[in-house]
Amino acid sequence: MNFKTTIGLEVHVELKTNSKIFSPSPVEYGDDPNANTNVIDWGYPGVLPTTNKGVVKSGIMAALALHAQVEPHTHFDRKNYFYPDNPKAYQITQSDKPIAHDGWIEIEVDGEKKRVGIAEMHIEEDAGKNTHARDFSYVDLNRQGTPLIEIVSKPEIASPDEAYAYLEALRQRIQFTGISDVKMEEGSMRVDVNISIRPEGQKEYGTKTELKNLNSFNYVRKGLAFEEQRQQRVLMSGGQIQQETRRFDENTGETILMRVKEGSDDYRYFPEPDLPAINISDDWVNEIGSEMPEMPGSRRARYVKELGLTDYDAMVVTQTKEMADFFDETVKLGADPKSASNYLQGDVNAFLNEQHADLQDTKLTPANLAGMINLITDGTISTKMAKKVFKAITQGKEPKTFVEEKGLIQLSDPAKLQPIIDGVLADNQQSIDDFNNGKDRAVGYLVGQIMKQTHGKANPKVVNQLLMASLKK
Amino acid sequence: MASRIDQEQVQHVASLAKLSLNDDQLKYFTTQLDEIIGLFETLNEVDTEGIEPTSSVTDQINVMREDVADNWGQSKALLKNAPDAEKGYIKVPTIIDESED
Repeated sequence: MNFKTTIGLEVHVELKTNSKIFSPSPVEYGDDPNANTNVIDWGYPGVLPTTNKGVVKSGIMAALALHAQVEPHTHFDRKNYFYPDNPKAYQITQSDKPIAHDGWIEIEVDGEKKRVGIAEMHIEEDAGKNTHARDFSYVDLNRQGTPLIEIVSKPEIASPDEAYAYLEALRQRIQFTGISDVKMEEGSMRVDVNISIRPEGQKEYGTKTELKNLNSFNYVRKGLAFEEQRQQRVLMSGGQIQQETRRFDENTGETILMRVKEGSDDYRYFPEPDLPAINISDDWVNEIGSEMPEMPGSRRARYVKELGLTDYDAMVVTQTKEMADFFDETVKLGADPKSASNYLQGDVNAFLNEQHADLQDTKLTPANLAGMINLITDGTISTKMAKKVFKAITQGKEPKTFVEEKGLIQLSDPAKLQPIIDGVLADNQQSIDDFNNGKDRAVGYLVGQIMKQTHGKANPKVVNQLLMASLKK
Repeated sequence: MASRIDQEQVQHVASLAKLSLNDDQLKYFTTQLDEIIGLFETLNEVDTEGIEPTSSVTDQINVMREDVADNWGQSKALLKNAPDAEKGYIKVPTIIDESED
């Protein structure tokens, strides 16, 4: 029997606003536990939350980035549940009239393009964090009230590979809006997945299971692939799928039963009485739209069309907004686009990997990278010398100053090179004879000698021209 | 009188609220909740055809604050008010992890 797979993804994205969604406490990471909390975050009786306008704005930006319809009359709802990281015993979220609905993301798997629909987007508050010791647990409410956007896909994802591509595309688009760091490893992007299968030809969806603890895109793909197989085995052996929540085990790659799912009625949603409703005007949406950073797809097209990059280069350079901004800036300062793209993909990427750093956290600037590339283009330095210059600019040095200080100027003047070439030829009659007997290898040896005498500073192109002219005399 | 809520449902609601009820209390609250629901059913007599659902009873719209951080410096006082605290954390009985999102 053949089965069809249906996957739905719920992605939580943590926003990098200055303050929390319903209280002015700072949104900061790594501070002392509970340092960034006040009476509102602790859910004290009688406190009144107030909506952070920046969160609503971020929600609109996310909606625009994902081609979604912004809801003109939106409000918050209470979702009730007890847990120690949630001091109010409810989460303020959206259920009835979420901020946006009906968006889409384009994905590509094996060269096939497809649109995956987005059902809804909610703005809501995050909970605190628990840590567990043997005899006690500890609660830190710094994260309580950190704004989140929840993005719920339509059940239109047909394979684990499509799920992976959806997450990549979603992460990239949100990253380009600048509203979140969207890093799974730091918890600023979190993914829950639903998966069901049904026999080919059956109309109704099968019973779905939910997977938790998926801490990377790769684990999402692996967990889904395992679950797809498990459900097939259950159905093939005449069993039934239970609606349940399962936990992905990173060590074994398997999914393990956590609990049988509660019904959504148990959350007893109702409209949040402490927060007035929000009306979002077309004018506000248009204003935000006009300030939106350029999205990766449009940048890729521009790089190919206007700057002559290959599709592949354009794709790599637009992986992150930081990289694309850096590239734009470097090109604007006069650097050859192809060289700028090569350096970003090669030396710059290697440097970032080695330092485990993000581009914006280094001393590398577009001005200095452009300066170095321009020095190569105008023949002042060779690409070999550029290795040293590159190291210097990663330390924040200005390339031209560095080149002058170190005497790295390439020797391109024929009047200075010719006597050196003449000298080398005079000392190597054997090589001249070899050349005349058709042994081209002799040229390489002679160039090597010339480079040695000039301590590597000779311009190889000019050396070649002069040497060939001399040999052919 | 047709029952509007049964003991099983009351037990379920109680467990969602982390309350434990004995048999007498369960009977007592079932009768009481049944009457309360009956009272609320009066609302069903109102014709709401074509009326937008109400999500808020105030006339206020778009009351928002600018995204400016302000630490009120209350964490010490709040921790002092917690039943138990250690190294800046709120100390609670061991939690069996069944977290929701």
